Amino acid sequence: MAKRKFFIVEIIGVILGLLWLSPFYLMLVNSLKTKREIFTDVIRLPESFNMDNYIEAFTQLEFIKTFFNSLLITVISVGIIIIFSSMAAYALSRNKGKASGILFFIFVAAMLIPFQSVMIPLVTLFGKFQMLNRAGLIFMYLGFGSSLSIFLYHGTLNGIPKSMDEAAKMDGCNKFQTFWYIIFPMLKPITVTVGILNTIWIWNDYLLPSLVINQEGMQTIPLRMFFFFGEYTKQWHLALAGLTIAIIPVIIGYFFAQRQIIKGISDGAVK
Amino acid sequence: MRTRDLSYWLFLAPVLIALTLVVVIPLFFGVYYSFTDWNGITSGEFVGFKNYLDLFHDADFLASLWFTVKFSVVSIILINIIGLGLALIVTSKIKSSKFLRTIFFMPNLIGGLILGFIWQFIFLKVFSGLGDLLGIEGLQGWLSTTQTGFWGLVILMSWQMSGYIMVIYIAYLEGLPAELIEAAEIDGANAFQRFRYIIFPLVAPAFTVSMFLTLSNSFKLYDQNLSLTGGGPFKSTQMVAMEIFQTAFGENKMAYAQAQAVIFFVIVAIISLTQVYFNKKREVEM
Repeated sequence: MAKRKFFIVEIIGVILGLLWLSPFYLMLVNSLKTKREIFTDVIRLPESFNMDNYIEAFTQLEFIKTFFNSLLITVISVGIIIIFSSMAAYALSRNKGKASGILFFIFVAAMLIPFQSVMIPLVTLFGKFQMLNRAGLIFMYLGFGSSLSIFLYHGTLNGIPKSMDEAAKMDGCNKFQTFWYIIFPMLKPITVTVGILNTIWIWNDYLLPSLVINQEGMQTIPLRMFFFFGEYTKQWHLALAGLTIAIIPVIIGYFFAQRQIIKGISDGAVK
Repeated sequence: MRTRDLSYWLFLAPVLIALTLVVVIPLFFGVYYSFTDWNGITSGEFVGFKNYLDLFHDADFLASLWFTVKFSVVSIILINIIGLGLALIVTSKIKSSKFLRTIFFMPNLIGGLILGFIWQFIFLKVFSGLGDLLGIEGLQGWLSTTQTGFWGLVILMSWQMSGYIMVIYIAYLEGLPAELIEAAEIDGANAFQRFRYIIFPLVAPAFTVSMFLTLSNSFKLYDQNLSLTGGGPFKSTQMVAMEIFQTAFGENKMAYAQAQAVIFFVIVAIISLTQVYFNKKREVEM
């Protein structure tokens, strides 16, 4: 009885799983077809496995350069978000007072603000300072990413006893040493969560880079993809090959770190 | 004492400066701009509430707001039902559980812009291909009407976000005491009763979190909207986030777009706070 029930659930699950995968399957299969083949049949497998679309899309996307643009911006942004948010959360959690209370409230409240309501003045302001470039973009990511990160770090730090700090102080550590040598290593699980959440968001972000670093040669993957797709809008065979190339790095990353990613998302949401 | 104060501010300085320059100052400037006729180039004159009054007669803006509300309500309901359903499937003792979790969550790792392009292909090409094959008229010309555009966005968003919501429900479902469910089973409660009276009340906190996330994500949707329908046909699937962008950078009406943005902020804040307040209250009562 129970066995049969699980069998039915298993079947439903697998069918849903295939349904969930079908968009990726259709993308992949059609990316290997010629323009004519897509026109006549989108469901069947391609007649021959032809990599021409991929070579063309890879070249047109200038993929290696685009990939490294994305990587550079994501790694630096996530790095500084981790460093500065954890430090700020530490200061707030160890000095409970009026100032900390107000600041923590401001950080949390900032999470509610939709990007569109600061978008126009932000671009104008940074334009005036000649900061519509990569450094400006990374700085903006720190501003937008710090709220949630501080919130997550703060929750964990409150659970680390102050006696840890006092012991370090007795041994002659100053505040910076105490934080970096004693406390920060204890924050590793939440650092993984903060890192994953910010990486997913920044890697995939389209709107902010489109406003800040829209110059040729500096484009990130989503940005470049937008223009590429616009150019090949009636040529699905190339467009789909381009989309597949853009997704491959993410899938590889997911393959290696799926446990940490799903755990990180779950920790971040439950906290 | 003084050194303690100094290190306190040193630890906070980088994020404080960033938040101030990126969020706080633009927010204040934004509110100020919304009361002017600034067009992005010349410094604007103060016009009082003119922009806000105009907004109430702006058919495009009101339509985008209404479309966003409709989309959000339908998406929140669907995503939560599917997300909880998926979570119940993968937390039951089936062999493919781990594998299925990985698959259901996968779309969330890929950017909304790219997902929108993939689904554009599916709605335009695959749907019409299937329509020809099966002789179903309704599968032709997807995304070319307001209706199909609406459902296209809903399908895309449900496919993408259900896996995320699933992960949240899983976290709560796995925390449920197994004895409680077994006890109910022995007492003769059927699957529906166990769900309705035991599982559902205990996962209520997950509902608060997931509703907050789905609500803010659907309400602020931009990338998927841009890449799937581009707001078309004739702006009829243009949501608020995209409408603000178009008004500002497409039509160069900066101050007017900023007034839209301020209204948008107020709506998002009111909805989020009310939602969390009521859900929290409900949880306590249970």
